[in-house]
Amino acid sequence: MFAFAPWQRWAIWAVLLMGAVLALPNFFAETQVASWPKFAPRQQVNLGLDLRGGSHIMLEASPEEVARQRLQTLEEEVRGELRRGDDAQRIATGEMSLAGGRLSFPVSNPAQLDAAVERVRRITRPDGLSGQRDFDVSVIDGTRVVVTPTEAGERTALRSAMTQALEVIRRRIDELGTREPDIRVQGANRISVDVPGLKDPAALKALIGKTAKLEFKLVDTTVSPEDLAAGRAGPGSQVLPYAEGSRAGGAGARIAVNRRAIITGDQLVNARQTFGQDGLPVVEFRFDSTGARRFAKTTTDNVGRQFAIILDNQVISAPVIKSPIIGGSGVIEGNFTTQSANELAVLLRSGKLPVALTVVEERTVGPDLGRDSIHAGTLAAVVATIAVALFILVTYGRFGVYACIALVFNILLILGIMSVTGATLTLPGIAGLVLTIGAAVDANVLINERIREERRRGRGIVQAVETGYREASRTIFDANLTNVIAAAVMFILGSGPIKGFGVVLTIGIVTSVFTAVTFTRLLISGWLRKRPAELVL
Amino acid sequence: MRLLKLVPDNTNFHFLRLRWAALTLSLALVFGSWALLAVKGLNYGVDFAGGLTMEVGFAQAAPLDDLRRTVGALGVGEPTIQEFGGPNIVAIRLPLPPGEEGATQKVVARVTDAVKARHADASVRRVETVSGKVSGELIRDGAIAAVVGMFLVALYIWFRFEWAFGVGALSSLVHDVSITLGFFAITRLEFNLNIVAAVLTIIGYSLNDTIVVYDRIRENLRKFRKMQLAELLDLSVNETLSRTIVTSLSLIIALAILLVLGGEVLRGFTAAMLLGIFIGTYSSIYIAAPLLIWVGIGRTSFGGGDAAAERAARP
Repeated sequence: MFAFAPWQRWAIWAVLLMGAVLALPNFFAETQVASWPKFAPRQQVNLGLDLRGGSHIMLEASPEEVARQRLQTLEEEVRGELRRGDDAQRIATGEMSLAGGRLSFPVSNPAQLDAAVERVRRITRPDGLSGQRDFDVSVIDGTRVVVTPTEAGERTALRSAMTQALEVIRRRIDELGTREPDIRVQGANRISVDVPGLKDPAALKALIGKTAKLEFKLVDTTVSPEDLAAGRAGPGSQVLPYAEGSRAGGAGARIAVNRRAIITGDQLVNARQTFGQDGLPVVEFRFDSTGARRFAKTTTDNVGRQFAIILDNQVISAPVIKSPIIGGSGVIEGNFTTQSANELAVLLRSGKLPVALTVVEERTVGPDLGRDSIHAGTLAAVVATIAVALFILVTYGRFGVYACIALVFNILLILGIMSVTGATLTLPGIAGLVLTIGAAVDANVLINERIREERRRGRGIVQAVETGYREASRTIFDANLTNVIAAAVMFILGSGPIKGFGVVLTIGIVTSVFTAVTFTRLLISGWLRKRPAELVL
Repeated sequence: MRLLKLVPDNTNFHFLRLRWAALTLSLALVFGSWALLAVKGLNYGVDFAGGLTMEVGFAQAAPLDDLRRTVGALGVGEPTIQEFGGPNIVAIRLPLPPGEEGATQKVVARVTDAVKARHADASVRRVETVSGKVSGELIRDGAIAAVVGMFLVALYIWFRFEWAFGVGALSSLVHDVSITLGFFAITRLEFNLNIVAAVLTIIGYSLNDTIVVYDRIRENLRKFRKMQLAELLDLSVNETLSRTIVTSLSLIIALAILLVLGGEVLRGFTAAMLLGIFIGTYSSIYIAAPLLIWVGIGRTSFGGGDAAAERAARP
C-alpha cells in the first residue's frame, strides 16, 4: 500500500502543482494579472454578486398577458382578412368577443359561414413540429365562429416573447456600458439578470422594468370635461393619464385620444438625447421610411390639431401640429432632465418589450458591502486555516505536519479548480471553504487515530501505519460520500446562495479526499523508507 | 515532543448506560421543538416571507429613532429597524406590500428617497426584495432539498450497512434537524436561504459522524461475535471517541473564527452550524447507536448468520 511507482509519484505531484499554478492568479490584483504573459494562467475565481457588488434581478412575464395580446393581434388579423376583397367576398360579422380566452363572432349571413371558417383558418399557422396549428377554428350554434388558441400555440408564443424580451433587455443593458452581464431565460416565463459592479442599481431597474411601448395618437377634443373626469370616451377613443411630472398637468390630469395609433415605436430607427431650442433636454428621433411617409401624411392632413406622444399608456406630451412634419424626424419635449431624456432615448433605441415584465426578486449588493464581505471572508478563512493547522500540529506532531501540508494544497486545489471551471464563489461559499478546512482534517484524524490504536495493540510502525490507512480509508469513503450526496442536493435543488455553497462543498470534498488520503500517504511513504525507529503519535 | 492527547488511551465510558435518560431528553427536545414550530413558527427572512430588506450605511452612528419615524410615516407597513453589525449600519425590514407582484420595488424607491432626503450621508449597501410568489417557491424548493437530502443519505446507509442502520441514521437526522429548527424558533434568529444550506450541511456532517461510529460497530460485530450488544456499542463509541473529539474541535475552531470574523451576513449561518456540530455529535452516540439495540440487530448481522456464528464458536 505504501509502494508508489515512480509514475504515481509524478502524477500526484503534477496534480498538486497544477492546482497551485492555477490558483496563483487569485493571490494578485486583477490589474497585475492582466499584464502576465499569454501562456500563464490568468483566470481568477469568479466572485458572486454578493462579493463583488451588483444586482441580481428576476423578471416575470404573465403568460395570461401574452395570451391576451396574442388574441388581440388575432382579432385585428381576422377583421382585416374578412374585410378583404370586393363586395361579394367581404364577410360581415357581428361584434367580436374575446371572452373566455378565445375569439368568437357571429357571421351575419349564414351562407358565408363556411367561407368565414375557411378564411380564418388560413390565418392560423402550423406550430413547429407539434403537428398542431396555433389556433383551432370551429363553429358553435351554427352561426358563431370560435377561434381557440391551442396549448402548443400558447407555449410557442410565450417562448418567442421571452426570447424577444431577452434580446431587448440585453440591448438596454449594453447601453449602460457595464461589463459581462448575465441574462438568461429561466423556466417558462422568467428572465434572470445578473449585472456585476453597478454604481447605480436604480438606473438598471428603470431601464429593464419599462415596457417602452411608444405610440403617437391624435387627440380627441370632442370629449367633454365631465366625461374626461369620469374616464368616459366615445367608441374609438380612450382616456389616458399624463405621465408623472409631465409639463401638461398636475396629478391626475387626463386626455382623450383616438384608439388607433398613427404610428408606433416599432417604426423608429434611432433616438438620442439632445437639447431643444429653449436649452432643455429633449429626445430626438427618426422614423423608418414607411413611418416617415405615414407621419408626413397624418401631420399634413391634421395641421392645427393636437397629437399625443404616449409611452406605456401614459401621455408624455401633446403638442399641436403647427406644420406638416415631412423629414421623418422629430423631437419629444416632456419636461425631462438630461438623465430621464437619455433614459427614454435608450428605451426607444432598444425597442419595446413584447410583454410587460415585473420584478419578482431583487438582490443588490453595493460595492462597499461587497468589499467588506470579501475582506471579512478572506480574513476568517486565513485565520481559521492557521488555527486548525496549529491544533492538528500539536495533536499529531510529524503526521500533523503532513496533514497541514495536505491542507494547504487542498485549498490551492479548490481555488485552482474553481478558477478554471468558472464556478462562482459566494459569501456562503467562503463559509463552505472554511468548513471544508475543518472537515478535510477529519480524514487525517481518522487515519492518525487508527494508527495510534494499532500501535497500542502492539503493532510495529510500518504495520500500524498500513493498517491505519487501510481501515480508515473505508470509513472515509462512506463518510464523504454522504457529504457529497448532501452537497449535490444543494447544488441541484438549491437556489442562489445555496447553489454556491454546494459547489464549493462538492469540490472541497473531492479534493480533500485526494490530498488528505493519497497525498499524505505519499509523504509518509517517503518517511517510512528511511526506516524510522520511533513514531511519536 | 509531547503531543496533545485530549482523550486518554483506553478510555471506557459507559455511554449507553445513560441511553434512557438521553432518549427522554432527546424526545423532550424534539417534541418541544415541534411544539415551538407549531406555535411560534420561524422568523422567516425576506427569502421566505417576501417583502424587502435594505441595509443602509451612515457616516456616523445611525439615527435609529429618526429612521423609524421617517420610514413608519411612509405608510408602507410596519418597519423593523435594527443595527446590523455595527452602530453605523442598519437593516430595514418591511413586510410584503399588498397588491401586485411588483409593488415591493416601489416601496424600495420610496424608502430610499425618504431616507436620503433626511440624511445625505446614507448609502444603500444591500437591497433584497422577494415577491410573494417567489418566496413561496423558495420555501417549497428549500423543503424539497432538505427532505430529498435526508432521504438519499439514509438510503445510502441502508445499502452500505443494513436497514436498521438506515433507520438509526434517519432518526438521528430528524432529531438534529428538528432541534436546529427549534433553536431558530426560540431564538427568533432570521431563517433564510443560508440557513437551509446550513441545515443541509448539518445533515451531511451529522451523518459523517454517525457513519464513523457505525463503521466501527460493523467491524466489531464481525470481530466479537459473543459480546453483549450494549457492551459492543460502548466499545465502538469509546474507540472512536478520540477522533470524534478532535474532528469536532477542529470544526468548532473553524466555525468560531467564522462567527467572530466572517461578518454579519454569515452570523446566523455559522450559529446554526455550530449548534449542528454539537447536536450531530451527541446524536451519533445517543440516538444512532442505541437505536440499533431498540430496532434490534443481532449476530446475524454482516455475513455472520447463525450457522456461521455457531461454527465459529465451536473449537
